[in-house]
Amino acid sequence: MDAFALLTITILAVFLGFEVVSKVSSTLHTPLMSEANAIHGIILLGAVMVAGQAEDPLALTLSILAVLLATINVVGGFVVTDRMLVMFSAKPRRAGVAA
Amino acid sequence: MKILPPEVVLVAYIVAAVLFILALKGLGNPRTARRANLLGASGAAIAVLAYGLSVDLRNLTLIVAAIAVGAVVAVIAARRVQMTQMPQLVAAFNGVGGGAAALVALVEVTHSETAWTLVVVAITVLIGGVSLTGSFVTFGKLQGIITSRAVTFPGLRALMVGLVVLALAAGVALCVTGDPRYAYVLVAAGLVLGVLLVLPIGGADVPIVISLLNAFTGLAVAASGLVLSNVLLLIAGTLVGASGTILTMAMAKAMGRTVTGIVFGAFRAQASGSAAGGQGDRPVRTMDADDVAILLDYAQRVVIVPGYGLAVAGAHHAAAELAEILGERGVDVVFGIHPVAGRMPGHMNVLLAEANVPYESLVEMDDVNPTFKTTDLVLVIGANDVVNPAAKTSPGSPIYGMPILTVADAKQVVFLKRSLNPGFAGIENELFFEPKVSIVLGDAKQTLMRVLSSVKANA
Repeated sequence: MDAFALLTITILAVFLGFEVVSKVSSTLHTPLMSEANAIHGIILLGAVMVAGQAEDPLALTLSILAVLLATINVVGGFVVTDRMLVMFSAKPRRAGVAA
Repeated sequence: MKILPPEVVLVAYIVAAVLFILALKGLGNPRTARRANLLGASGAAIAVLAYGLSVDLRNLTLIVAAIAVGAVVAVIAARRVQMTQMPQLVAAFNGVGGGAAALVALVEVTHSETAWTLVVVAITVLIGGVSLTGSFVTFGKLQGIITSRAVTFPGLRALMVGLVVLALAAGVALCVTGDPRYAYVLVAAGLVLGVLLVLPIGGADVPIVISLLNAFTGLAVAASGLVLSNVLLLIAGTLVGASGTILTMAMAKAMGRTVTGIVFGAFRAQASGSAAGGQGDRPVRTMDADDVAILLDYAQRVVIVPGYGLAVAGAHHAAAELAEILGERGVDVVFGIHPVAGRMPGHMNVLLAEANVPYESLVEMDDVNPTFKTTDLVLVIGANDVVNPAAKTSPGSPIYGMPILTVADAKQVVFLKRSLNPGFAGIENELFFEPKVSIVLGDAKQTLMRVLSSVKANA
């Protein structure tokens, strides 16, 4: 893909990134950070790409290590975010205005 | 396995990118947050699976084994960790992500022919390295392995400047010669820089640093997307980089700090001897009406403490309506009435009765005080002196000895105030500087109206 198309995509993604989180309550900052953290775990895709082409032992070692680390990032990131959100939503309601 | 044609993979990338955007968007609202997280996870799974099914991967067994081990480690860590240790776990996950990005770029050095690609490789390797060690120092600080106080030493600044110069030189050398060894110099510089960047940052600011390093990893992932010409990595990384930056600034603002003040604060303090925080410039947390609505959404028990400001703003009808709506949703809402709230005895009772607040919901001080310990949120509307702990703690204070509403026992306190000026008695309120206390500035009636509309919208 040519450089201009990549630049266009990058700039649009920057604005989108600003936009999607700009009005989030401070209560939800921590889960949101955790979600963003999980999303950059998609580096796993990049790690699989390089590991799938690695030929010499050094490249293979480094790229398999990358796959391992990236998997921890992406899987752990989404699981831990879910745990946080369960805590947020666990809220048994009682009825009526108490005296 | 070559099951899927390349076009399908491209479509999968687009789907994944959209799912990531929806995930970040949905996280902003408590009602959609959990489903949004699931969308994000499926986006990542779809992209990796589609790629794996479209090409013949070498080393497939090793890759699958690494993914299996990583997944097991991650799930165990994420499930076993205690809620209080959540921030450091997120820091650790962020660090390994940055490390993975740096490794991917390192491997790609040998495949990079153009100077342009090498520039991007250099950036990825450096930022990834900073993110890896920076996150692990953060982890150590939060876990108590490293002291959480700001660590500085003479020559720190010179050392950092030297490292940045070294990294720049290695980066230029890498781009000119294409020699992979310079990439290793860059990694080393990045790793040391990450440690030096986080060490001088004090405990209270660490959550903001996690968010900042999160944005760094996002950038490293975006850059690795350029290295690999992969649009999904580029989009996802940029999204995280951009949203992480905004989030970092928002968190800093909510704590009354600035990002540059946090990152470079320790250096400045070093330069100016000691920076003893005066009374006047201590940080208070401010929030807006939407934040209050979200807090109310999570609360089971809410106490509203009205004061003279409520009367002045004529906000009692809005306050009554808010209590009614929350009550209908099953939230336990009462008004905590201090005997001298307002400017006359029973001032608040009269006002609230006028607004049709049922009598049972107006609770006197002696009855409401013991209940603050089980209260999730106290909304102090235009009151100050009647909740000022100085009445208990500072014998020199003009209000010393006055009984107060002990709102500080509640889990969270929000003040609706016109300004940060002290109350009627002109005494600074220590409560404003407590971590669980936030302030919404503005006219009480207008603020309550916005809270109301936001609460209704969240239904």
